[in-house]
Amino acid sequence: MTDIAWIDTAITSARPQAIAALLRYFRDLDTAEEAFQDACLRALKNWPKNGPPRDPAAWLILVGRNVGLDGARRKRKQTTLPDEDQLSDLEDVETELVDRLDSSDYRDDLLRLLFICCHPDLPNTQQIALALRIVSGLSVKQIARAFLVGEAAMEQRITRAKARVTKAEVAFETPGAAERAARLTTVCAMIYLVFNEGYSATGEGAEERGQLCDEAIRLARLLLRLFQSEPEVMGLTALMLLQHSRMPARFDANGSIVLLEEQDRSLWNQQMINEGLALVDKAFRHRQIGPYQLQSAIAALHARAKKAEDTDWHEIEVLYGMLEQIQPSPVVTLNRSVAVSKVHGPQAALELIEPLADQLAGYFHFHGVRGAYFMQLGRNAEAREAFDRAIALANTPQEAAHIRMHLDRLQKDSEEATSSPKKSTRH
Amino acid sequence: MLYAILCYHSEDVVGGWSKEQDDAVLGRLATVRKKLTDEGRLGPVARLMPTTAATTLRKGREHLVIDGPFAETKEQLLGFYVVECRDLEHALDTARELARANDTGGSYEIRPLSVYHPPGPMK
Repeated sequence: MTDIAWIDTAITSARPQAIAALLRYFRDLDTAEEAFQDACLRALKNWPKNGPPRDPAAWLILVGRNVGLDGARRKRKQTTLPDEDQLSDLEDVETELVDRLDSSDYRDDLLRLLFICCHPDLPNTQQIALALRIVSGLSVKQIARAFLVGEAAMEQRITRAKARVTKAEVAFETPGAAERAARLTTVCAMIYLVFNEGYSATGEGAEERGQLCDEAIRLARLLLRLFQSEPEVMGLTALMLLQHSRMPARFDANGSIVLLEEQDRSLWNQQMINEGLALVDKAFRHRQIGPYQLQSAIAALHARAKKAEDTDWHEIEVLYGMLEQIQPSPVVTLNRSVAVSKVHGPQAALELIEPLADQLAGYFHFHGVRGAYFMQLGRNAEAREAFDRAIALANTPQEAAHIRMHLDRLQKDSEEATSSPKKSTRH
Repeated sequence: MLYAILCYHSEDVVGGWSKEQDDAVLGRLATVRKKLTDEGRLGPVARLMPTTAATTLRKGREHLVIDGPFAETKEQLLGFYVVECRDLEHALDTARELARANDTGGSYEIRPLSVYHPPGPMK
């Protein structure tokens, strides 16, 4: 690996912690980002010459602090401080700093930085964009591409979001246990948003957006390393790893959706699955069930099934039932109905979701799933109606194409039925 | 004499490698591994999962299970086992069994492997 590639990786991985610590120090996002940028420029000059520092994050924090202070002084006095090449004992200072920066400071710093991006006034997409820009350090261009908008529009969006969060008061004292738990919950939700933004990508820009999944997993691992005993953080990390493991099998060569049951499971990323399963085990030892853990346990049951027909639908139904209890939502019930249809048949599943018709009237998946149950029951006219509604609500051309496939099958069935009226519909 | 060569690096950095970078490094390492295998010198080789997947059993009057990797600096790495286990609970039971046989203190870090190459035929 070349020097530059190494430095690039080191800076990228040190960025969240360094920015977070500089933010605590300067209490201002712009100053922290500028100080970090300056420190990076110096790293590019200094590291190839003097070799990599033992702890890149600590180096960047120390140098960032110096240049930040330097900038503030220069504004006042027009004098400069010596640059870091002339600081004779940088290595010693660095060592000392590493010792002083104990992990409890680090972890609250990072949590605060992530939490700042989750301002409740910001729409989800802006939270994600802000986190990707500030915490992950993705360029505006990269983020714009991921969201399929122009660079200027994204720049404006991020600037506005930043102005909004800068005005908000965020406590810089060490948070209490309750506040810390609340921040963790909010931050987990934001990380999962980043993941889903990547996971739901199809068609144009899908590859760039797919990278958001990797970024979300990186952030979750970072969080987990600092909050080692939080079962929900383990569950979230596991959930994302298990879902992301299926990425290579989720679309066919034409970019069409391949349903879980029809995916080529040999394409699943086994390393991600193993890590996900290990984390599910770790989380469940705590016996503090939470929504991410339950979802990760469901994903784990899919991952464990070597063939689609090996899936333990009974257990999945039980887990969805638990999820329904702690986090009731019509979408969770809809998902449970899929497990119910496998265990008790389409009629039971249909009865379960009929009461949701009003709440989910505008939800693509509701009509798709409902149509599938009707089709299994041979109620083709109703199936066709449900599928038509699903197509009208499809979020992507791929989703619409998938439903159209069902409609084509219905069409073929009815043609066959007309041409040979004695033959009953086969299901 | 058998030597263990233990690999240390920042997992942030290694975990941040792109797939191409990772493949390139592993490819070069595979060449060395093949040479060592051909020379009949290579024992088992493993890559560990990230430390976030680790659990630690601290030995004591009551064994204590702690999330995360072994993080004390007063103690040193003295040895390791590679054991097939159904799940984490099974692995912890195995570690407890070892702890009963050697209850003189210390800890066992239980870390799943992400890659395992069994030993080649050794001279």
